[in-house]
Amino acid sequence: MTLLNVDKVGKRFPMGGILSRRHVDAVVDVSFALEAGRPEILTIIGESGSGKTTLARMILGLETPTEGAIVFDGQSVADIRSRAARLDFMRRVQPVFQNPFEAFNPLKQVDRYLEATARTLLGLKDRTAIDAAMDDALQKVGLSLREIKGRFAHELSGGQLQRVAIARALIPNPSLLIADEPVSMVDASLRMSIVNLLRDLRTNLNVTVIYITHDLATAYYFSDRIIIMQKGHVVEQGPARVILDTPEHPYSQLLKASVLAIDNPGRGELELADRSVAELAWSQTGQGRLVERADGRSVRVAGSG
Amino acid sequence: MFAVIRDLARYNVEFAAGTLLVGIIVIFALASFFAPAPPHLIYVVPPDMPPSTTYWFGTNSRGQDLFWQLSFAFRNTLSFGLMVAVISRIISITVGLLAGYVGGWMDRVLMFFNDIFVSLPVFPILILFYFVLRSNLDMFTLALIMGCLGWPFDARLIRSVALGLRHREFTRHAVFSGMSARKIMFEEHLPYVMPIVFATAIANMIWSIGLEVTLAVLGFTNINVPTVGTTLYWANNHSAMVVGVWWWILIPVVLIVILFIGLFLLTVALNEYIDPRSRLRRIGGA
Amino acid sequence: MAEYKNILTVSGLKAYYKLDHFGITREVRAVDDITLSIRENEIYGIAGESSSGKTTLIKVLAAAIRPPLRIVEGSMTYRFGDKVIDPYKAGKDEVDAIRWKNLSYVMQGSMSVLNPVRRIRKSFEDFAFRPMGLPTREFWGRVETHLKRLNLSPDTLNSYPHELSGGMRQRMTIALATVCQPQFIIADEPTTALDVVVQKDVLVMLRDVQKQMGSSVVFVTHDMSVHANMADRIGIMYAGRLVEEGPTRTLFTAPKHPYTAHLVASLPRIGDRSPKAALEGRPPNLSDPPPGCRFHPRCPLAIDKCKVSVPPLEIVGESHRSACWRSDDVRPLTRFEGVREETL
Repeated sequence: MTLLNVDKVGKRFPMGGILSRRHVDAVVDVSFALEAGRPEILTIIGESGSGKTTLARMILGLETPTEGAIVFDGQSVADIRSRAARLDFMRRVQPVFQNPFEAFNPLKQVDRYLEATARTLLGLKDRTAIDAAMDDALQKVGLSLREIKGRFAHELSGGQLQRVAIARALIPNPSLLIADEPVSMVDASLRMSIVNLLRDLRTNLNVTVIYITHDLATAYYFSDRIIIMQKGHVVEQGPARVILDTPEHPYSQLLKASVLAIDNPGRGELELADRSVAELAWSQTGQGRLVERADGRSVRVAGSG
Repeated sequence: MFAVIRDLARYNVEFAAGTLLVGIIVIFALASFFAPAPPHLIYVVPPDMPPSTTYWFGTNSRGQDLFWQLSFAFRNTLSFGLMVAVISRIISITVGLLAGYVGGWMDRVLMFFNDIFVSLPVFPILILFYFVLRSNLDMFTLALIMGCLGWPFDARLIRSVALGLRHREFTRHAVFSGMSARKIMFEEHLPYVMPIVFATAIANMIWSIGLEVTLAVLGFTNINVPTVGTTLYWANNHSAMVVGVWWWILIPVVLIVILFIGLFLLTVALNEYIDPRSRLRRIGGA
Repeated sequence: MAEYKNILTVSGLKAYYKLDHFGITREVRAVDDITLSIRENEIYGIAGESSSGKTTLIKVLAAAIRPPLRIVEGSMTYRFGDKVIDPYKAGKDEVDAIRWKNLSYVMQGSMSVLNPVRRIRKSFEDFAFRPMGLPTREFWGRVETHLKRLNLSPDTLNSYPHELSGGMRQRMTIALATVCQPQFIIADEPTTALDVVVQKDVLVMLRDVQKQMGSSVVFVTHDMSVHANMADRIGIMYAGRLVEEGPTRTLFTAPKHPYTAHLVASLPRIGDRSPKAALEGRPPNLSDPPPGCRFHPRCPLAIDKCKVSVPPLEIVGESHRSACWRSDDVRPLTRFEGVREETL
């Protein structure tokens, strides 16, 4: 049984005015599948402009793919139009946003988002049932309703807010969470708490997480599979540890080489990463094809597919 | 809300002065409920008496006590201004938030009508209505017509704020919390446009009262309803300046100027309050 | 102990925000009693999370404070060669004279320096022409030499900022900030908004230009892995105070403050999947900080003393200061396998 099937998905944005018909291919030919009943953390890595956020928005139904199809649990995401169908989709797929300070209306209490979710997505009417659902979700992220009720966003830290946001996403018991850079705006001392939380969600609550980031270190820390994207194309995808330990595609190697090592603090030799190899590989294999390797990964190589 | 008003009054001179001036006029208008005679009766007092201890504002050539006459006039003028403001606010908020939040074709259609309304010449249209409706043109109908003409600029302003809010992450968060479009517009976004609504409401009152005075002075309204405009119309009709009944013109003009200055000062104070950064800092955020 | 020449000496500096909003007065002690000195020819990293006061501190160092931020106490002295200047005691002309020439600034968003509607050439003219005081031809000659030295093409001068990538823009702002060969450069999160690959390029460039010119750089970022690769010394800020300061290697391998130990330990690394613990609690509110040591509510080592009295920043080793009552009990939480003791 497939939970999510992303099949040869592409997104082309029109650029410029009416006269100059130009296009930008944000995402080109991306395919992967998530199995139901086998929770995992799938990390999508890329720099800005790699198309990773566009891909996430398409999975959430916020953009329509121009090529291919995204099928969630037997239903094409692009065909979800009625409000009932959307609500049903949102019961099973939920996002976690990048900036926890932006994700809550600063003029409103944070618990209203949890309450709205419990009311509309769970269909609860009864006050005590709503509170129980909210408290239950907050307990899962290590908070309680008592701490959160009636608080404004500015009264909580970035880490707490991100937990509240994750708790809200958990209220309808979704099977898939899509987290777009969820820790990049969270303070250093609180960052690992969010990362650990996402890991625990997979392990203990059977939630599959699509984690979108440019940070290879956290990706290595907790992901099962990774997809590395360059300019809208997948250049390497497969088991996380295998790829990050020994990246094969030049762009993956470049990304890994660019991670600031802390193994030799204060003595680190900061050397200029060689971009040209990755650029050369791009010019040769950009339109190439993905081939599978014995260790489970696929790598883009030159040649026509 | 009360704490905000109290703090504004204590720390903002414009707000205090504006409240004082508008307050004086409002109390003066409310006094009409205790008037000794209804406003449409004429020759209830000796005509053309200058201001004195008996007749504070003097009497006019039609034998009416100007104090009570103007009290009625300001009551009508103020409620007219408020009616126009409320009607046009309802339209501008709805149009602005819908266009901004829903976007797409809704935005294009609404802004198309918005632009038509912006370009309509208000004054000739009002005169046209007067000629069509004649005596049927009562206060409320006029307020309704002006309310329907006075929203487009403010709707555009509200739309621009709502456009910005639509792309904020908390709006997407609200969508994924299952909130309906109506709930997002009127509960998540409305608080952000409320300060604009208040400030433009006052500007709108100044606009509508000024226009009503102009129309009335020229005799294009129901002249039997006492308003600031019709008071001036009757004064002009009786050549008040020529026969030396100067108080019939001077006093209403002074009072309307006081009202306008008061309303203007309130707009200035509210504009300062609107600045969202200072607002957030006040509630302890940012 | 080795003798160093200091370019900047800050002692007992307190800078508070006094906020007055319609009657509610709040005092935010963003920089509270900071004493530090920056040596010649070093990169001094300042680390801290949000509301640690690091942004305020660099505003103070850059002599760019505006009300409601005020210097409440303390002094700050720059020494540029023979010229000794306290920007808060000197006149406006004197401060303007050192700006850009002796003291310059690399900001987080490159767009705030480069005028978006003018060619980059114009920005160079606006900022650097007057401080350099050279005839036009020599000035452009100097600018081009400088760009070439930084591996940037002088043709880039003719571009508009939006025509360049984010990394290239940030490199141009660094070039702009360093073209007058300033002795002191303040870099405020210069790579935070950049992608990993570009970040490294920019860091390498900044480090190279520092080496070439021998200037001092104050480098501010919350990212400890950047500090590990850039800084010679690091100062760790927490809730408006400096809680630990020392050579980079020492801070990573033998921290003497539990906060530092935690920051280092929570860094994820490729090749390491061991569970990393997160620090509980939240950074304190600067308008109402906890009494005693401001870290005590989150500190695993806290004792009763920490709740009532503020630990002073005391010397705990060579060039190493820590503000913790239990600094002797702090143990590093991470092992550095690359650390070979003989190289220390």
